Amino acid sequence: MNRYLPLALLAFGILAFATLMLVIAPGVQIARHSVPPQLEPYTEQQARGRAQYVGLGCVYCHSQQPRSPDQAPDGERGWGRPAVAADYVYDQPHQLGTMRTGPDLLNVGARLPSEAWQLTHLYQPRAIFGWSVMPAYPFLFEIKPAAEPGDTVVVLPEAFAPEAGVVVARQEALDLTAYLLSLDRTYPAPADALRDEGYATMESGS
Amino acid sequence: MPLTIGLLLGLSFVVSVLALAFLIWAVATRQITMQKGDAATVFGAEGAGHPDVDGTHLFDTTGIDRISARPVLVLIAAAIFWLVVGSLFGVGASLKLHWPDWLTGSAPLTFGRMRTLHLNLVIYGWLSQVGIAGMMWILPRIFRTPLKMPGLPLAGAVIWNLTVAAGGWAIATGWTDGEEWLEIPWQLDILLALAGVFFVLPMIQTARKREVHHIYVTGWYFLGAMIWFPFLFIVANLPGIHYGVEEATTNWWFAHNVLGLWLTPLGVGTAYYFIPKIIGKPVYSYAVSLLGFWGLALFYSQVGIHHLIGGPVPTWVVTLSVVHSVMMFIPVIAVAVNQHVTVARNTWALKQSLPLRFIAFGALMYTFASFQGSIEALRSVNTITHFTHYTIGHAHLGAYAFVSIVMFGSVYHIMPRLLGREFAWPGLIRAHFWLVVLGFAIYFFALSIGGVLQGLAMLDATRPFAESVILMKPYLEARSIGGSMMTLGHILFALNFIGILLARPGTAAKPVVAE
Ligand code: HEC
Ligand code: HEM
Repeated sequence: MNRYLPLALLAFGILAFATLMLVIAPGVQIARHSVPPQLEPYTEQQARGRAQYVGLGCVYCHSQQPRSPDQAPDGERGWGRPAVAADYVYDQPHQLGTMRTGPDLLNVGARLPSEAWQLTHLYQPRAIFGWSVMPAYPFLFEIKPAAEPGDTVVVLPEAFAPEAGVVVARQEALDLTAYLLSLDRTYPAPADALRDEGYATMESGS
Repeated sequence: MPLTIGLLLGLSFVVSVLALAFLIWAVATRQITMQKGDAATVFGAEGAGHPDVDGTHLFDTTGIDRISARPVLVLIAAAIFWLVVGSLFGVGASLKLHWPDWLTGSAPLTFGRMRTLHLNLVIYGWLSQVGIAGMMWILPRIFRTPLKMPGLPLAGAVIWNLTVAAGGWAIATGWTDGEEWLEIPWQLDILLALAGVFFVLPMIQTARKREVHHIYVTGWYFLGAMIWFPFLFIVANLPGIHYGVEEATTNWWFAHNVLGLWLTPLGVGTAYYFIPKIIGKPVYSYAVSLLGFWGLALFYSQVGIHHLIGGPVPTWVVTLSVVHSVMMFIPVIAVAVNQHVTVARNTWALKQSLPLRFIAFGALMYTFASFQGSIEALRSVNTITHFTHYTIGHAHLGAYAFVSIVMFGSVYHIMPRLLGREFAWPGLIRAHFWLVVLGFAIYFFALSIGGVLQGLAMLDATRPFAESVILMKPYLEARSIGGSMMTLGHILFALNFIGILLARPGTAAKPVVAE
């Protein structure tokens, strides 16, 4: 190989072909599917909470894509039915994730619908599960001598409560919780659902 | 619909196989001429047979190195700075996974941000920069042509480093594009792309004005990478057009190609230059290297969706990526034959050249990482490993044990020839080698074993999720130990680098032939 231009053109052509296959073709296919009627766009508060979720990097420990029972017991764990492409139309940036240091969260709003639980958990996960390795997010809260009207006070076991005063959720914590509670794709999957069905047809191996 | 999809899938596979068959035919019938002497381009005018193990042995007495020296030095210095900072964030993130109540006071110190800082600083600050430095050193040499427009890369380096710093600040403060590998905000990415132009233009210009006829295999990888990465980077960062699952496929198309079509060509190309150069003999089978290169381009470019196996993406794209992941065996074996056989026949050189020790080790890790990756992409294996720390072990086998360690060797080889003096503390080089190799071994085996156990625990519905978290802790602690050893190695590397920079010229072992 002695010439620059053919090398460059061929190299570019190969990547352009890969882009067609991995980006453009699936993109066109996904866009043709209708939005499930039960899926609602995020409210303003939920969107702010989602920005917290993205900015704090929850995705590095939590996926949002339950797998099918053909592959893994995600449903039995209460993580929800297999996710389909249409479940994500309002998601930007996507938070599918590739790691499960913690549980899948696509349906956490249906599984753990209590705002109080979520706030306690965000303030100090080990107040609920001693074994948890999830970070504590105390900076989303503030400690006040006494609650004021309109404040949301965090319920804490004595060992984790401050010496004096109460722990009150800041707006960020309330937004984030609103987003978590909105995570609910328990409606039935649309008939033309799009997802990786590669495990349904195979017995073992690939 | 299913028909069109089946067609697309079939089309892609047929195109790849046809292209490969065409390539084999072209080589067999000498359509692509490669003369025996071509492989010796790497040795310069004096030809093969002169091992390059002594620091001040210069192939270049023509002034070529003198022109590339400045940008190369600046890029290496900045890369080492980010290496140290980036690894410290890596250790921080690692510790936080088993000490979750350590440093919880502010958002920039949470795991999610420290990890993101780690990734972006080591990929954009360290690996990309040290790789570009290597390209800028090697390309003018194999083209026997002084670097064109040598002022541009200096401007590029300033912009690049300020932007990496700004990107780090953005991530620390929560300003992020929010996709893995694409966290740096697109507004700043524009500056990175601009700096990229300043790096790439001079090298392409050097290629086009080169004074040798043949482009040596290293040049294919480097020139390919310079086309691929800018395209990937720009398409993936286009704001506003990607959403939902389409964004996820774009994300992994990009992220895996950063490894396959950017970091891998940098590492493989660098090894392809230094292994024969240091040993003083051409690579084992030059024609096979064609298969390695075009196979990489064809197959690697389509593997990205193996990061979404079992996910909400069309079945056919997943299958496509799985098939191509397995096809990667072909180019990987081609490179392995060339590089490892050349080293295995000349083990004497490993004793004489410390840089070669790093580079040969890194090249071997490329083979391992790729074999592991092809197997990890099989649906049955991926079901166990996908959402676990096993993946992180694999990522470090590739990005660390392969590319980073090749780059350590590259810097150790370049610096004495760039400055005309030896490293002041060769003992530190040995310590660096053993710290990173042993540290990495602990890192890798801990996460691979722990990851499989974690995956098996999660697949067993009778075991509560908590089990998968609790059983990981000792393995995560071991990773912190391994990672700290690697980071200590990086600090020694940085010290030695400062040492050779500051050494008074009087301490040079031998004067340099400048012209
Ligand atoms: C270091 C990894 C890690 C990070 C980062 C992390 N988590 Fe977790 N998360 C876990 C683990 C482990 C669990 C399971 C133990 C527990 O409930 O605390 C968990 C559990 C949860 C649960 C309960 C899920 C269930 O089904 O029981 C929610 C909700 C949650 N995390 C939300 C978040 C949010 C929101 C963020 C980002 C602000 C976040 N997590 C960041 C590791 C993490
Ligand atoms: C300098 C060379 C290094 C490179 C190029 C590198 C590269 C990477 C990459 C690519 C990832 C992302 C993996 C993925 O998402 O699949 C990552 C994650 C990570 N790395 Fe490194 N790394 C390096 C050194 C280190 C060191 C020295 C440590 C110290 C312990 C470390 C600790 C981590 C941790 C903790 C994560 C996050 C893992 C998780 O999310 O669970 N890395 N690194």
